[in-house]
Amino acid sequence: MKKANSTTIMKKKWSLKTFRRYYALSLMAVPAVLYLLLNNYLPLLGLSIAFKKVNYVDGIWKSPWCGWDNFRFLFLTPDAYTITRNTICYNLVFILLGIPSAVFIAILLNELRGRFLPRLYQSSLIIPYLISFTVVGYIVYAFLSPDYGIANLFLEKVLGREAVNWYAEAAKWPPVLVFVNLWKNCGYSSVMYLAAIMGIDATYYEAAMLDGASRWQKIRYITLPSIQPVIIMLLLLNIGRIFYADFGLFYQTTMNSGLLHSTTNVIDTYVYRALLTTGDIGMSAAAGCYQSVIGFVLVLGANLLTRKYSSENALF
Amino acid sequence: MENCMKTPIKHRHMKTSSHPLRNAWIHVILAAGSLCCLVPFVLVVIISFTEEKAILQNGYSFFPARWSLAAYRYLLADFSGIVRGYMITILVTLTGTLAHLIIGSMLAYTLSRRDYPYRGLLSFFVFFTMLFNGGLVPWYLVYSNFLHIKDSVFALIVPNLMLSGFNVMVMRTFFQNSIPPSLIESAYLDGAGEFQIYRKIVVPLSRPVLATVGFMVVLNYWNDWYNSLVFMTNDKTVSLQYLMTKVLLNIQALKAQQSQMTPDMLKALGNMPSESIRMAMAVVGAGPMLLIFPFFRKYLVSGLTIGAVKG
Repeated sequence: MKKANSTTIMKKKWSLKTFRRYYALSLMAVPAVLYLLLNNYLPLLGLSIAFKKVNYVDGIWKSPWCGWDNFRFLFLTPDAYTITRNTICYNLVFILLGIPSAVFIAILLNELRGRFLPRLYQSSLIIPYLISFTVVGYIVYAFLSPDYGIANLFLEKVLGREAVNWYAEAAKWPPVLVFVNLWKNCGYSSVMYLAAIMGIDATYYEAAMLDGASRWQKIRYITLPSIQPVIIMLLLLNIGRIFYADFGLFYQTTMNSGLLHSTTNVIDTYVYRALLTTGDIGMSAAAGCYQSVIGFVLVLGANLLTRKYSSENALF
Repeated sequence: MENCMKTPIKHRHMKTSSHPLRNAWIHVILAAGSLCCLVPFVLVVIISFTEEKAILQNGYSFFPARWSLAAYRYLLADFSGIVRGYMITILVTLTGTLAHLIIGSMLAYTLSRRDYPYRGLLSFFVFFTMLFNGGLVPWYLVYSNFLHIKDSVFALIVPNLMLSGFNVMVMRTFFQNSIPPSLIESAYLDGAGEFQIYRKIVVPLSRPVLATVGFMVVLNYWNDWYNSLVFMTNDKTVSLQYLMTKVLLNIQALKAQQSQMTPDMLKALGNMPSESIRMAMAVVGAGPMLLIFPFFRKYLVSGLTIGAVKG
């Protein structure tokens, strides 16, 4: 009865009666819709700026078109290669190290019984997620400050080696950033895997125990296969975001040091600096457009793959 | 059925706990990880309490030669800039979170109603914003050249108002799974309006998910420095975290915050303990979130659990 009722409503979706019945409910979504129009849809029109030669005499909208010139200039600079390489390589390493370590932590936490200690471990591991990258910048500075930092004191006094001028040596930064990223996000992402593990039917483990399965076998043959869908979903979500970098990580942790650009400049920091530091709107818009379009293609591609291999995990 | 489900769990539990050393290596690994997460914070706190001369002589240390409260005394005494940053951040966090919860939960509620005929259309409209965006330049121009809210406190609130579709999805999933449609339908048949149903039934039943999302939004507003970096050309209307960024790069930024300085204060600034003050600022900026976290821990965890279940 109820089902039949709802299908008739669905059929007459565009009738005045349906509209009237759901008028008030629609009204409740209006503030959010207006906001998204302003914050997310209006900027889409601005993608056209990437194809303009902006000058302030004519204003941004009346500036003349220039075809692909901005993109041509962008890809003629060595920056285009550097920022693309950095963005993709860092993200790949973050994914390859981040997901296994989060799953590892979740499995370990799940092995523990009792309440107090597992909660204490979990809270401690989440804490780095709660602070801003400004504070991360401070913490990293406490370790890497060239004059007073713990790292240099350790190098000089314990290992007897020469101090490193951290904020001037680009080659030192990839491992630092990888570690900081892992430190900040690992505990937080393990929460989701832990939730998935706790949702596994306990009878599987019971049966395995009766068959004399070891702890490792239970993890290998029950836990990991059971949470595989969650792992795949988050993996693809991350792959879809591979063209987007965490601005704070690359801007704040490095204290915006220009000497480190060869290993720390990513698309997001490049777009920001081109717009607000050097004031080159055309280049900034072109790089932003490049990021949006490739990013969009990657999300669609990742989703296509998910739909092919595990359709129930596809986002759309 | 339920009984035979419960027994095995108990059995497993007993078996594991009968070997107390079996889990020793797990404790070792997790304790090491936890320490790795906590020790940097301890270091920052210790530095903030270290006497400036001891830092200049020996560098930062976990075991300072001499302790001192000087950094905090300076921060408390007369840095109106920090108080201002605090006020702005608190104002922005409260308004932004409230607005986000109202706007976001109303949208999520509409999306959660399976009988809503325009649900597919609306879902796509929201979902598309998570897939494609115009990038920084057009987004920046919308706020600076179209709405003209650059340099105003609105530039710290509005751009983050619905930061991610993720929060909306979490709320929608919760509404769908925890509020029986029959309850809504019977209220409707009793003559309640849609908004009344939302306010009198949905909101009271959804406190846990509102707490989860609320905490994530508070965290996001409190930790925001990006909007100050992008939209603020003056140093008057900036958030606490951005003020901290500037102080990290240049301790002089603190002095610039002082509009009217008495000779006494100028003298005090001359021998300011700048190294320990930096770290004291980090403590002051990060402290509040770390203090309220224990109260929201269970909501954060349960919220992520909802997020992991696709609705």
